[in-house]
Amino acid sequence: MMLSCKQAARLVSQGLDRELGFTERVRLRVHLAICDGCTNFSNQVAFVRKAMARLAEQSPKT
Amino acid sequence: MDDFRSRVERERPYLLRYAGLQLRDPQAAEDAVQETLLAALTGEAGFGQRASLRTWLTGILKHKIIDAIRRMSREAPAVSEDEFEALFDERGHWVEMPGAWADPGAALEQERFFAALEMCLARLPPKTSEAFMMREHLGLDTGEICKELAITPTHCWVLLYRARMALRECLTKEWFQK
Repeated sequence: MMLSCKQAARLVSQGLDRELGFTERVRLRVHLAICDGCTNFSNQVAFVRKAMARLAEQSPKT
Repeated sequence: MDDFRSRVERERPYLLRYAGLQLRDPQAAEDAVQETLLAALTGEAGFGQRASLRTWLTGILKHKIIDAIRRMSREAPAVSEDEFEALFDERGHWVEMPGAWADPGAALEQERFFAALEMCLARLPPKTSEAFMMREHLGLDTGEICKELAITPTHCWVLLYRARMALRECLTKEWFQK
């Protein structure tokens, strides 16, 4: 059964907060392989995490 | 001792900015920093040169911030699963497919980008923002966040999902399409 984009987006986000189960990972990978929109989404939320880490370590602007 | 005091005092602007990002209320941020500095000055022995002073102070501040959030935290609002329903059609497809961002790596080198990011963070609803900042700024895991905010893991994931959705949209508009 194919994931919808909505389900895929939710799993992408949860993958940043918990370990996905085996089936979840497989279904997500299959979906991302054929879906540019969700692949972009996935890259972008990963980027947001990186930007937040950078923001957290930044010195104050004085 | 005086030397220690002035070194601690010099970290105040950094700590204030750190607390200000977590707690939108400037007074609450000021209080958290004040409590941190006090705790630091009375607990100098705890520092013991182990870490950098800033790291040590930030560690204390994190606890003060969590205390403040706990104090301010009212009852958890109901989770509405369909807040972002509008982004997907009834079959669960994107209404507007996310396009690729041009050169995100370069954005990380620009101060203006972080100003845009902070502006987008400030637009998040309070509860969403709290959960997201605890996760991505303080680096807590969802178990800890659930406990601090007195919410279920599912609620927590929904909040984090919403935050990421909203930030993605906001950054697309405010940065990557400009």
